[in-house]
Amino acid sequence: MERRHLGLIALAALPVLVLGVFFVLPVTGMVRRGFVVDGSWDAGTVVRVLGRSEIHRAIWFTVWTSLTATAASVLLGLPAAYVLHRLAFPLRRLVRAALLVPFVLPTVVVGVAFRELLGEAGPLAGFHLDGTPVAILAGLVFFNVAVVIRSVGAAWEGLDARPAEAAAALGARPWTVFRTVTLPALRPSIVSAASVVFLFCATAFGVVLTLGGLRYNSVETEIYKLTTVLLDLPGAAALSILQLLVVVALLTLAGRLRAVPDPTQHRAVVRPRRPRRADLPQIVATLVLLALVAAPIATLLAGSLRVDGRWSLGNYRALQTPGSQQTLVAPATDALVTSLEIAVVATALALVLGLLVAAVVTGRSRSRPERRTRAVLDGLFMLPLGVSAVTLGFGLFITLDRPPLDFRDSPWLVPVAQALVALPLVVRTLVPVLAGIDDRQRQAAASLGAGALRTVLTVDVPVVWKPLLAAAGFAFAASLGEFGATSFLYRSDHPTLPVVIYRLIGHPGAMNYGMALAGSCVLALATAVVMLLVERLRVPSLGAF
Amino acid sequence: MRLRAPVTVLAAAALLTTGLSGCGGSDSGQGAGERPTKVVLLTHDSFALPKKLTQQFEKESGYQLVVRSNGDAGLLTNKLVLSADNPDGDVAFGVDNTFASRALDAGVFDSYTPHDLPAGVSAYDLPGDDGSHLTPVDQGNVCVNIDTTWFAEHHLTPPASLDDLTKPAYKNLFVTPGATTSSPGLAFLLATISKYGDGWQSYWKKLVANGAKVVDGWDQAYEVDFTQGGGKGKRPIVLSYDSSPAYTVSGGKTTTKALLDTCFRQVEYAGVLQGADNPDGAKELVDFLLSPAVQKALPTSMYVYPVAKGTALPKQWATFAVQPTKTWDVAPDDITKNREEWLQQWSDVISG
Repeated sequence: MERRHLGLIALAALPVLVLGVFFVLPVTGMVRRGFVVDGSWDAGTVVRVLGRSEIHRAIWFTVWTSLTATAASVLLGLPAAYVLHRLAFPLRRLVRAALLVPFVLPTVVVGVAFRELLGEAGPLAGFHLDGTPVAILAGLVFFNVAVVIRSVGAAWEGLDARPAEAAAALGARPWTVFRTVTLPALRPSIVSAASVVFLFCATAFGVVLTLGGLRYNSVETEIYKLTTVLLDLPGAAALSILQLLVVVALLTLAGRLRAVPDPTQHRAVVRPRRPRRADLPQIVATLVLLALVAAPIATLLAGSLRVDGRWSLGNYRALQTPGSQQTLVAPATDALVTSLEIAVVATALALVLGLLVAAVVTGRSRSRPERRTRAVLDGLFMLPLGVSAVTLGFGLFITLDRPPLDFRDSPWLVPVAQALVALPLVVRTLVPVLAGIDDRQRQAAASLGAGALRTVLTVDVPVVWKPLLAAAGFAFAASLGEFGATSFLYRSDHPTLPVVIYRLIGHPGAMNYGMALAGSCVLALATAVVMLLVERLRVPSLGAF
Repeated sequence: MRLRAPVTVLAAAALLTTGLSGCGGSDSGQGAGERPTKVVLLTHDSFALPKKLTQQFEKESGYQLVVRSNGDAGLLTNKLVLSADNPDGDVAFGVDNTFASRALDAGVFDSYTPHDLPAGVSAYDLPGDDGSHLTPVDQGNVCVNIDTTWFAEHHLTPPASLDDLTKPAYKNLFVTPGATTSSPGLAFLLATISKYGDGWQSYWKKLVANGAKVVDGWDQAYEVDFTQGGGKGKRPIVLSYDSSPAYTVSGGKTTTKALLDTCFRQVEYAGVLQGADNPDGAKELVDFLLSPAVQKALPTSMYVYPVAKGTALPKQWATFAVQPTKTWDVAPDDITKNREEWLQQWSDVISG
């Protein structure tokens, strides 16, 4: 075997191992439980389940809402990505950090916030959106638009402005410049972001139930119902397989659209400039988006500051206690510490694995099979987003239950599961960037006498470190807010903050409700602060930036 | 690319493997023949007891108490069923009468009945099991609640029965969590099935036609839509618990009331798991859950009533939380047999 193949295998080994043990094994284990009846495969269940009319409705509902929400997220996210990453204005970093907040908010609390806005008693009651698909779409966009803004923004920042300027100098109008020069250059990152958003939307669970008032079922909510309420494992397995097939099909399609950018195109981080009059439409669009995102958060904040009809910080002070009637085992502040610790570990794991995966999939292939292998690996690591948290959670529980893989009660299970959820975000952020590095630069560095490390430091790192920070921010936020898999796996003596919030809001007592809102605001604030720090981080050895 | 640091891989692999093996090994402390050092309790995420009590149990039994709690009663039951051949603990608490027969059918529980059962406990035995595997620990009722202040302000006679909820006077006033997504929601569906028999679907059609709002969880119904909830909603009739009025006390009076003719009784059980590593510890824990101190702590810790007769209730509960004398019950076997069909029909009615 050639040395380069060995290298490929060495790089891919760790991520594949982790994914195999903590994802493939549990999911296939769960699906097996559904199909194997008394020791033999029973394929009839697939036909039985997939033939039901409510399943058809669920599939159709999932597809159209996910596509619409993805399109809306891209359309709303693009102008914001431009404004927040190419224009210089005060508080730019703060706004960027704040936009990631929805990402971490527990669905159950966002559901409350949305329904207090749209519901019968809310200020927007006149639109009668409560319990409609529009409310579901708004919720999906609220949660996911940050993905588009950040990943497209990171690419936009690194886009050479000169081709666009040249086109403009040659007389092209702004729209033409955008359509013919900028958009094609951004396409890989847009497709990357859109595929992640689609997966998030297609597996959304709480949003569909809470904002749709149980009238709408998606594939995900059906799987949840079949698994946790009815214990109809064949049904759940059939739907899980369907979900996987659809996800794989879409990923393949996205992979085709996501043509690798021209590596010979020079990339440089462009200094943001002051807004001009021509930027007005984008700025207005960004403001609209900000309002959409800010309204539910403002509702939460206002609610968290009310105690017995008066303004007060009482709910926040109460976070240091175990809640009225001792609803919690430990103060909510302990849960925040747990959440932060887990998120740090999960982020580190996701970054290490993500870098390895990105390096593997963007490596230059010299043969067709090699290229295909890399493409398959690329898709493989997206799959955790396309599989129901219930299936994964139960699967981990029933497959990793005996030595040598006895991880059921390991404290590593939560960070690893969260890292798997964050991994696709890291990979999708890094791949377009790494793919954009001209390999000849590395060759040039090497021929000038640079060693391996030095080549990486001088060629790869300057281009990668900013997107890497963006990816770290994502991973951190995704991990902080992760609830689906965590709710299955968390350790009772160390609950995470979303778990605690969920518990508070589900129990009687006015103080518990207030504390749940306050806890959400603390979670939001913690995220915003971490994002701000990440954005401000300067790596001294890379003083060029 | 081929130059990219193998060092990273090695470091990461080392980190991961040492970390994982370090943690994975922590469970293997119980060798054969030795006295077990701990007892592992599997429960749902509403489980909570004062630290003083659990420490007391540890001191008296000599076992370390490890609590593993995830999800609700349904999820707990399914986890127990799926891991029946290799349970993750010694004893389970929190399987209720709507899920119990599923767990019993799967052979999850070993037989055990505490020796000196406190008076009154066996009245809550699961029909069919009669205390041979499952020991009742707590009970409570899911009942329709009303905001009494709202009805006083609007000079409207409040509803009293399930029938009343379909009357035009109460149009658009009722909100309930759904049966497919919420355990009180399921309990309410069962209450209507108990009362109306085969006519339950037409009752629900009338209910929906009368503007009943169905939401996904108790939190949405109570905290967002109910007039006395945290979000000050618009609907003065909500599905909640018989204990809820104890949590809406202001100025020495409660502002809500449970309608005692609309209730479904939920009982939660504890049982020793088949294949437990520490069956003796498991039995001691079941006994402990019935001890006077734990029974007394149940209302404040878990929002449920004790099953042992004569247990003193907290002051707010004794004054404001009234329990029904008659409930609308469905036999556990019937629930297990018909659950899927009922939920499907219910979904059709409410999305229709």
